[in-house]
Amino acid sequence: MVLKTVIRRGEYYDSGRLMIVTRTISKLEGIIDAAVQMGTALNKEALKRTGLLDKDSEGASVDDLMISMKGTGEGVESALVQLDALLNQSSSGLQDSEYRPKTIDSALKAEPGLNFAIISVPGRFAKNEAMKALQKGMHVLLFSDNVSIEEEKELKTFAVSHGLLLMGPDCGTAIINNVPLGFANKVRQGNIGVVGAAGTGMQEVMTLIHKHGAGISQAIGTGGRDLSVTIGGAMMLQGLKALNSDKNTDIIVVISKPPAPEVSDKILQFIKDECRKTIVVNFVGGGRPESIEACGAISASTLEEAALRASELAGHANGAPRMAEEDLDRIARDEAKRLNAGQKYLRGLYSGGTLCYESMLIVRDFVGDVYSNTPLNKQMKLLDSAAPCKHTCLDLGDDEFTAGRAHPMLDTTLREQLFEHEASDPNVAVILLDIVIGYGSHSDPAGVFADLVRKHKENARREGRHLIVISSVCGTEEDPQNSLTQERKLQETGVIVMPSNAAAARLAGKIVSYANSEERRL
Amino acid sequence: MNREEANQEVLKRLQDSEPWLVGIGRAIDVIPGMKKNLLLHAGPPIEWVEMCGPMQGAVIGALIYEGLAKDEEEARKLAASGAIGFEPNHEHQAVGPMAGITSPSMPVYILHNKKYGNYAYINLNEGLGKVLRFGAFSPEVIDRLKWMERVLGPVLKAAIEQSGGMDWKALVTQALQMGDDCHNRNRAATALFAKQMGQHLCKTGFSDDDISSVFAFINGNEHFALNITMGMCKSIADAAHNVEGSTIVTAMARNGVDFGIRVSGLGDRWFVAPANTPKGLYFPGFSEADSNPDLGDSTITETIGIGGFAMATAPALVSFVGGNYKDAVKFTLEMYEITGTENKNFKIPALDFRGTATGVDLVKVLETGSVPRINTGIAHKNPGVGQIGAGLVTAPMECFKKAARYMVEQKQNRKQNASA
Amino acid sequence: MNTVNDIFGKQLKILNIGLEQFADDLTSQGIPCIQLDWRPPAQGDPEAADLLSLLLE
Repeated sequence: MVLKTVIRRGEYYDSGRLMIVTRTISKLEGIIDAAVQMGTALNKEALKRTGLLDKDSEGASVDDLMISMKGTGEGVESALVQLDALLNQSSSGLQDSEYRPKTIDSALKAEPGLNFAIISVPGRFAKNEAMKALQKGMHVLLFSDNVSIEEEKELKTFAVSHGLLLMGPDCGTAIINNVPLGFANKVRQGNIGVVGAAGTGMQEVMTLIHKHGAGISQAIGTGGRDLSVTIGGAMMLQGLKALNSDKNTDIIVVISKPPAPEVSDKILQFIKDECRKTIVVNFVGGGRPESIEACGAISASTLEEAALRASELAGHANGAPRMAEEDLDRIARDEAKRLNAGQKYLRGLYSGGTLCYESMLIVRDFVGDVYSNTPLNKQMKLLDSAAPCKHTCLDLGDDEFTAGRAHPMLDTTLREQLFEHEASDPNVAVILLDIVIGYGSHSDPAGVFADLVRKHKENARREGRHLIVISSVCGTEEDPQNSLTQERKLQETGVIVMPSNAAAARLAGKIVSYANSEERRL
Repeated sequence: MNREEANQEVLKRLQDSEPWLVGIGRAIDVIPGMKKNLLLHAGPPIEWVEMCGPMQGAVIGALIYEGLAKDEEEARKLAASGAIGFEPNHEHQAVGPMAGITSPSMPVYILHNKKYGNYAYINLNEGLGKVLRFGAFSPEVIDRLKWMERVLGPVLKAAIEQSGGMDWKALVTQALQMGDDCHNRNRAATALFAKQMGQHLCKTGFSDDDISSVFAFINGNEHFALNITMGMCKSIADAAHNVEGSTIVTAMARNGVDFGIRVSGLGDRWFVAPANTPKGLYFPGFSEADSNPDLGDSTITETIGIGGFAMATAPALVSFVGGNYKDAVKFTLEMYEITGTENKNFKIPALDFRGTATGVDLVKVLETGSVPRINTGIAHKNPGVGQIGAGLVTAPMECFKKAARYMVEQKQNRKQNASA
Repeated sequence: MNTVNDIFGKQLKILNIGLEQFADDLTSQGIPCIQLDWRPPAQGDPEAADLLSLLLE
């Protein structure tokens, strides 16, 4: 048995590729466990947890590639030989024979008509690439995070003055001309435009609109910080202006976490003065509805409601089933009764940040503020994000969980580990799991979790517990994963599948509030 | 001049130079600064004790050839004694392949860049197998060197002078379109030389046997033209050197231990890092364990846009270096990312007659992380064994970083002096 | 003056710089996309990257 670490300095591979290589190497003969990752603190912790850390990997820097393998001597040597081929293998065989340009300039030489750039390089390099792309007249989807606010301002100032989109930083979702960009879903084309500072929030709204039978004209992401004071809503305004002038857009949905008040005022003022189209605004959990309505816009308090209002305006509101309150209550009571006395807590494990946020808002009405790594109430911040306590909702897409690794919507490993941990906790009553599908996401998240759910519900039953797992699938039947198939897989293992994130949170909230009140009765 | 302007000037000179092969002379007579006890070598500066096996072997051979030592033992003592000077070919307007040892009595080609007036010099290629440039120094090697001094040199000199000289750039342009990369494959260029020089060689007044032996030598040495090509490249690169503010590389050279570069705007300073070991195909019985690190001044070819930068034009070469044709095209295309322009003269038929990537730009190397890629012969690490294979090697990134560091320092010093 | 609306309705010709999955997803839908073979400037060496920016000043 041998543990071998190889450090390769200054080599760059994207996190998606490394994830695949790790998986492939781990399955090789003679290998017990392996990890091929960048030397970030987070990844080193993961190595420590799985017993793969040694002094070589400890000393690795953020720009180093750590190749860690545990196995037989032969297995390890053989794996190392195969490693290079795997790292450099082109993911789609076709591309292998094509020369890939190395700079934006040489790419433009090869294809002078390039009009759009998707940038997802590490944050410290992102601004230069984005600026180069903008200077060449390309619109940009800036997926990278860890871009400074000054850099963001510089980029957006340039973009606005040149009539270009700079969607980001930290923007994962956009749909332009019905083309899903980044983490996005295949949705019907229609007359509802979306502009949002919240990626999974946009995904939820768009997929629900699709379920209602309506469609999306354009979906413009602004990045999470756009509505801060420094940036002042620059891209939100740019997007609103564009959708306002777009002949194919009749209704506009605005989605964001509550903006800074002066920015919120600026946006609403613009809506009042300039917008000729009907606007639905969802400042998730914030924004005084009266001020929104005073500007002639419609205020929605949840993503689910925003989708419904927009779809109604578009003449479609039939698709997505809405559960009657009594039905929800009934299910909640039945489930709560089956819990044992010790099971009190709710644990949300979210891959979508906005979905986590919305859930915490909804659950607050039932059990008060919950703990989180991104809590609504600062005092509820977990000391150790990986150690949930009482009621907790975790946003696993937050920076601290994603440094140097692929997003949880794509890489389910961390969330799986946490699920196993929470599902084994005797004090846990309900686990909330969002399943976000579409392009960019894991090819079968429901399948991955269905297996775990089956295993853990069985374990729980044997130990005299009733483990409740509630999910909603954010996606459409046209996504590669097919939302209908995903829902079925979950239901088959006993997951309660709700039609929206808000509905899932409401059910979870009801269950734990019943559970805790019944306790008091005993 | 700012960097853009300086680079434009350098790129212009790299392309509008007019390098002619005008004659042959004795090294000590024609090479500036050549002296009786001086040996010139390939690559950046290096001392006897640091030299690799093949280079030491070539030094030993040269000292015996010059009559300064009678055998290996004496030669080694002499070389180590301090009585013999060792300087880079490059610092004397010269270049040399592999060990590149140039000694005072050797006949050297004279290249004249008629556009810019400068000259370049290089010894004559000995052929394949056990030769001085791979570190061999047996009596057979010395005998051949003597023959080259006595017969080959004078016959060629007479023919070249009689012809009025050869426009070597025009010849290389043709050879590139005939399957040569003009670094590792020189058959077409060699054939063109013989074709053009035949009529003059016959009328040099030497004996039939001597003239015939020269033709036989050319016919048996497929790399005959390489040295002349290298001389041409040196005369082009030197004309483009010393343009202040330019970040274009004007020399790349290896001494079997280190790889060194020079940059047009940074004067005569060498930026040096340990040379990489070529990766490729080995002749039967040899492997990477036997190989010497990268060696020779022949990377002057890539420096001006031929050789490895024209790989796609030499399909026969590709499998010899262990690749396939698609790889050759990819490697060639990659070089466009790090160079300043596409050559007006040197065209690659297989890429739709695209001009070769010319003028390695320090800035682009740093930006892209791509380094110049070179085809090269691989020498055995022990002296006198010879070539054991051929393959691909890259220039070390560290050379370019060092050059950048120096350039930034210079910039900062100038700023300080300006404000002082 | 160019406006964002200029891109609406036009064929997108996309350059992907970074995570390859984005390019693969687009190609699988038949959307023209070039994947840049991106490396960190100066091979991720922060010193070289600094030198580069100083050189380019």
